[in-house]
Amino acid sequence: MRKVLLMGNPNVGKSAFFSRLTGVHVVTSNYPGTTVEFTKGYMLIGEEKVEVIDVPGTYTLEPTCKAEDVACEMFKEATKEVSFQGDIIINIIDATNLERNLNLTLELMEKNVPVILALNMWDDTKHKGIHIDIEKLAKWLGIPVIPTVAVTGEGFAGLIAEIYKARTPEVRKHSKLERWEDIGKLIFEVQRIEPRRHTLLERFQDLTIHARTGLPVAALVAYLSFKVIRFIGEGLIGYVSEPMFNNFYTPLMMKLGVWLGSSGLLHDILIGKLIGGEIDYFQSFGVLTTGLFVPIGAVLPYVLAFYLVLGILEDSGYLPRLAVLLDNLMHRVGLHGFAIVPTLLSFGCNVPGILATRILESKRERFIASTLISIGIPCAALQAMIIGILGDYGGRPVAIVYGTLMLSWLLLGFVLNKILPGFSPELLLEIPPYRYPPLRILSIKLWWRVKGFLKEALPIVLAGVFVVNLLYFLGIFDFIANITAPVITGLLGLPKEAVTAIVIGFLRKDVAIGMLVPLGLSVNQLVVACVVLAMFFPCVATFSVLLRELGWKDMLKAALIMVITAITVGSLLNLVL
Amino acid sequence: MCADKKVPLNNMKTGESGIVREILGGSGLFRRLQALGLRVGMQITKKSGAFLWGPVTAQVGGTQIGIGHGMAAKIIVEVKK
Repeated sequence: MRKVLLMGNPNVGKSAFFSRLTGVHVVTSNYPGTTVEFTKGYMLIGEEKVEVIDVPGTYTLEPTCKAEDVACEMFKEATKEVSFQGDIIINIIDATNLERNLNLTLELMEKNVPVILALNMWDDTKHKGIHIDIEKLAKWLGIPVIPTVAVTGEGFAGLIAEIYKARTPEVRKHSKLERWEDIGKLIFEVQRIEPRRHTLLERFQDLTIHARTGLPVAALVAYLSFKVIRFIGEGLIGYVSEPMFNNFYTPLMMKLGVWLGSSGLLHDILIGKLIGGEIDYFQSFGVLTTGLFVPIGAVLPYVLAFYLVLGILEDSGYLPRLAVLLDNLMHRVGLHGFAIVPTLLSFGCNVPGILATRILESKRERFIASTLISIGIPCAALQAMIIGILGDYGGRPVAIVYGTLMLSWLLLGFVLNKILPGFSPELLLEIPPYRYPPLRILSIKLWWRVKGFLKEALPIVLAGVFVVNLLYFLGIFDFIANITAPVITGLLGLPKEAVTAIVIGFLRKDVAIGMLVPLGLSVNQLVVACVVLAMFFPCVATFSVLLRELGWKDMLKAALIMVITAITVGSLLNLVL
Repeated sequence: MCADKKVPLNNMKTGESGIVREILGGSGLFRRLQALGLRVGMQITKKSGAFLWGPVTAQVGGTQIGIGHGMAAKIIVEVKK
């Protein structure tokens, strides 16, 4: 099968381009370096099926950082094969930033592969008063040059028509200096920029990057994000998921319960205990009741809300600005500003968050970032359950849980930065202009992430609830509870049965929080339990990713830090509250 | 009329422009900056400088870049008077 490789600088609209060509999923975003894994799709040209590969964004074929390493490796891999016959490269460039982008174009052309140049974001050149002589550019480069607008699809018919005609260009090998010199001459020939005044958007751009105005804006963005996520999450639960479960699913389960004889092992595993003759989705703990309600009824609405807001933040171009603003703070905890991206991702799920720490340069940074994420950043599922059981008691308990986690994250980062040898490298990143997030990309990405959540979480939650029932039945929980009683009761002030939740926390944290409900804890005990559960040990999915990314030695170190921190913070909270 | 002065990027005032004259430091830094379009001879405008050794943001060509304080100190700019 023929291959089409999409290559270009970060932030040139490559994801929109890819989804326009193939119509399938994308996971790339408006900040450099987050697509560690590449995406593949297929398109039809006439009758022929062609493979389209989305290579992560890179500024050059001579890698200067981790993210670029990946792109260059992939390029080598794809072009070295003997099968690179009739395959082509589409070099996507930001037409409003011709000069910088053309460097990669020349580098690609020098590799003796057929290249088509797509001048993407063509519509923006008009707003910005940039005039590019396409014919001259194409003649000078000796390759097809096509203006495109990936978001609307403009220029794509012409682009696809060129795919078969693409030839390997003839160019001389440049030295780096010569390349830039040539580009300079070329730009002088083909591009003319009208002087113009600052637009409103550009003024806003400046406002969000200045320290004095940027930090308040960042605080506002964080507050609004939290509010919006809670509003959407609670709305979906109150008006959609709960009514659906209560009106349609509960009667079904009640009938099934009667059919199963209203008691017995099978009944208890599938339906669970009836509370006052009714199914209580938080307390019954049957595989088909609590096991389905927790991921779909309680957690999914929040996951949806979170990824919607995150998608908007990503694709509008706000995150690189946040990285610059928070760079100072992040250096105090041994990271640099860009580590804010994996950290934010982790509020959805720690697994992609820890995977994204690959973009950080040093092993030390990755260790600190991963450890801090596992301890201080609760995932969306955990947060949904925390808000679910603590929200009824007003804002204070929820605020204590979040405050404690944040403070622990800060203090621990500060300590790790002091005791671990090495330093954190400096920030260097492109700040893309603000753009309206393309709705198409937003929805594709949201769908992809929600699907990922259901695929990952649902089986483990069901298995988790099943295991809980089994362990109760076999009396193993009593055994563990008696051994750990000194720590759980003595230090944390929780009933010894609470250890069952901590054990299950290894499988799924949302299920674990659910297990606290039947214990009849006081508000303060719930707060302590939530904090300890969040910090204590990562869930199995996060654990396996940590193990893969850090290796078992560092993983052990991280795990030890987690256990010690969780018990220390939990005991302190128990004393203070 | 006073002569143009050469200052490191981090010491420029916000809103000031000039021409990049020199990039001190190793080839690693040089290459990373070059990839982002920041080269000797380019016009550069400082957009903001965060307080307390925070990163500097600057506009070079069509690109806005966030640069750590230490790196910014190695970029020498000739500021127009």
